[in-house]
Amino acid sequence: MLILKNIMRQGFERVDNLFDSFFDGRNNPLHQLGALGWFFYWIVAASGIYLYVFFDTGVTQAYESVQRLTHAQWYAGGIMRSLHRYASDALVIVVFLHLAREFAMDRLRGKRWFSWFTGVPLLWFLYACGISGYWLVWDKLAQYIAINTTEWLDTLPLFGTPVARNFLNSDMLSGRFFTLMVFIHIAVPLVMLLLMWIHIQRHAGARVNPPRALAAGTLAMLLAVSIARPALSQAPADLDMVVAAVDLDWFYLALYPLMDVVPGGWLWLGLAVATLLLAILPWVPPERSTAVAEVDLANCNGCGRCFDDCPYSAIRMEPRSDGSSYLSEAVVNPDLCASCGICAGACPTATPFRRASELVPGIQLPDISMVSLREKIIKACKGLTGRNRILVFGCGHGAPNSALTGAAVAVVDLPCIAALPPSFIDFALSRDLADGVLLAGCREGDCHHRLGLDWSEMRIDRMRDPYLRKRVPRERVFISEAGRVQTGKRQGDVAEFQSRLGALPPQAASARGDST
Amino acid sequence: MKKPGAASWIGQVTAYAVFGLLIGILSAWPTSARIAAGQALIKLSFTHAGARLEECRKLDPAEIAKLAPNMRVELDCSRGRVPVVVELKIDGAVWYRGSHEPTGLWGDGPSVVYEKFRVPAREHHVEVRIRDSRRETGFDYVASKTVELVEHQNLVIDFRPGEQGVIFH
Repeated sequence: MLILKNIMRQGFERVDNLFDSFFDGRNNPLHQLGALGWFFYWIVAASGIYLYVFFDTGVTQAYESVQRLTHAQWYAGGIMRSLHRYASDALVIVVFLHLAREFAMDRLRGKRWFSWFTGVPLLWFLYACGISGYWLVWDKLAQYIAINTTEWLDTLPLFGTPVARNFLNSDMLSGRFFTLMVFIHIAVPLVMLLLMWIHIQRHAGARVNPPRALAAGTLAMLLAVSIARPALSQAPADLDMVVAAVDLDWFYLALYPLMDVVPGGWLWLGLAVATLLLAILPWVPPERSTAVAEVDLANCNGCGRCFDDCPYSAIRMEPRSDGSSYLSEAVVNPDLCASCGICAGACPTATPFRRASELVPGIQLPDISMVSLREKIIKACKGLTGRNRILVFGCGHGAPNSALTGAAVAVVDLPCIAALPPSFIDFALSRDLADGVLLAGCREGDCHHRLGLDWSEMRIDRMRDPYLRKRVPRERVFISEAGRVQTGKRQGDVAEFQSRLGALPPQAASARGDST
Repeated sequence: MKKPGAASWIGQVTAYAVFGLLIGILSAWPTSARIAAGQALIKLSFTHAGARLEECRKLDPAEIAKLAPNMRVELDCSRGRVPVVVELKIDGAVWYRGSHEPTGLWGDGPSVVYEKFRVPAREHHVEVRIRDSRRETGFDYVASKTVELVEHQNLVIDFRPGEQGVIFH
C-alpha cells in the first residue's frame, strides 16, 4: 500500500510541478479538485433546472422535446444541454482525481477518515445521477441503458417481477416507469447534495468555490466544448429493435459493455468489494495515534483564535467551567483533532518571552510543548555561524528539510508551520539566535493540514491574529512553499533568502527589537 | 502574485484544451458494438406461477367449524408451487431447456423466465413448450410459429395463461 501511495504521490507531485509552472499554486486545478467538484455540481444543477422547464416527461414526447431543445433552441437549450452533459463528465474526472490525490497524499487516515468514508457512497450517487439522466432522453443510448441497467438490477433478488420486463418491447413500455426515472433524476442529486454537505462537515472553511480565475477558465472551457461539439441525441429508442451499436459516455458507462460478458451477480460482487475496500482504506494500515491538543484552562482566556484557526473543526468554545471571569473556554474534541498544532500557533499566550516555568500556553500539543520548542530553537541555533544564519521551521509534508542543515542553517521540525506562534520568530531574531527565519511549508495551495500555509502567511503579513509584531523586520522572514519532490526549490529558496539577508545591513539593535 | 507570462498563458490554455478534448471525445466515443451484423435477438420472458405443490384438500364441515370465523374457507391449500419448465426449440433444435423455481421465501411466488438468444436474421421456426403442472413429463402448453426475423430485430416471446397463451411479439 505504501509503495502504491508513494508511486502515485510522485506522479501527482510531478504533474503539480508542471501545472505550478503555468498556473500559480492557488489556481492549480489539482489543488482545487474538491472545489471544482462543487462548481461542476452547480453547473449541472443550474443547467438541469433550465432543461427541466422545457422537458416533456411523457415517454413518447421526451425524445421530441429534447430534440426541440437541442436544435430549435440551440443557442440556449442546446448549450445548456451540452453544459449539463460536459459538466457531469468533468465532475466524474475531478471526483476520481480528488479521490486518487487524497489517497496518494495520505489525507485519509487517522482523524481524517470521515471525509474519505463519507465520500465513498457519493460515488454511487454520482453514477445514479448520470445514468438516470441519460435514460430520460429516450434515444438508442437510453434504450441500451434502460435494458442493461434493469437486467443488471434483476440479478439481485429484490424484485418479484423482473424490472427489465418493462422494456421488453414497445407494448410493454409504461409511462409510469418513465415518470419514476424523472423523479429519481431529481431526487438523487438532492440526496447527493446532502451527502456532499456531510462530506465536508469536519473541514472548517472547506473550499467549495474554486478561485475565480479557475472557475472562469473551466466554465469557458465547458462552453467551448459545448459549442464545438454539442451534445446530441442518438436515434430514437425502438424497443422492437436491438441496439446494435451505441456511442457511450465512457465516464459514466464504462462498465456497461462488461454487462454483456460478465454475469450480473459477479459485477455486483466486484463493485461491492471495491466499495468496501475503498471505504476501509483509511485504516489500511491504521495511522499511529498522536497526542491531541490539550487546553490549560489557567492560561486559556477564551479568545477563540484556536477555534477560528483549527482546520478540522476539532475545537469548540464552551461556557467557562472553572469559575474564571472569562466568558468561554476552548474544548478539544480528541476524535477530530489531527495533532497539527495550528491551535497552539494561534494561541496568544504561547510566547517564548515568558520564563520557562511559566511557558504554558492556553492550548498546545503535549508532544511539542512550547517549553520544548523554545529549548529546541536555542539548541539548534547555538552552533550557527556567519552573517546569514537561518533558522528553518519545517513541516514534514513538503520538501524534506533535513539536508538543509549546515553551518548557517538550523532546522526545527513542526507538524505544520502554522504550529509556530509568530512570537517565536520575534524571539529568534530579537535574541540574535539567527539572522532570518524561514518557514518551510508544503507546496503553495496544497497544505497538508489544509489551512496552515494560509494562516502562516496571514500572521506573518500581520493580517490575522496572532500577528507578527511590527518590530520584527518582515524582510528577515521568508515563507518557502515546496512540494515533496521540490527539493531544489527549497534549497533555492534558502539560498535566495541567504542572499537577501546578505544584502541587508547587519542586524542592528533596532532590527533585533532591542529599542522597543 | 506575479503576473503570468506568455508561457503561463499557453500552458493554461493547453491544460484547459486537453481537459476539454478529453471530455468532448470520451463523452460519446468510442462506439460500443453489441450485436453482430446479420443477427437478431429472441427474448423469452414471462412470469407465471406453477401449479400448487399439492392438490387442495376440501375441508369437512367439522374442520371448517374449528377455524376462527374470519378464517373459514372450504379448501386447505399448501403455499408452495411447482417449478415451471420451459423449452425453446428453434428450427427443430433445442436452444433452451430450464426449470424455473418459484420466487418468494416460501416458494409461493411466480416463476420468472428471462432468457435471451442471438440468432441469424432470417426465417426461423420457433416452438415453445411450457409445463406448469405437477406432471413429470410432457408439457401443458405448446406453441409454435414461423417468424421472419430482420437484422437486429427483437422478437419477444411472452406467456399469459388463459386465452392468450404463448405470445410472439
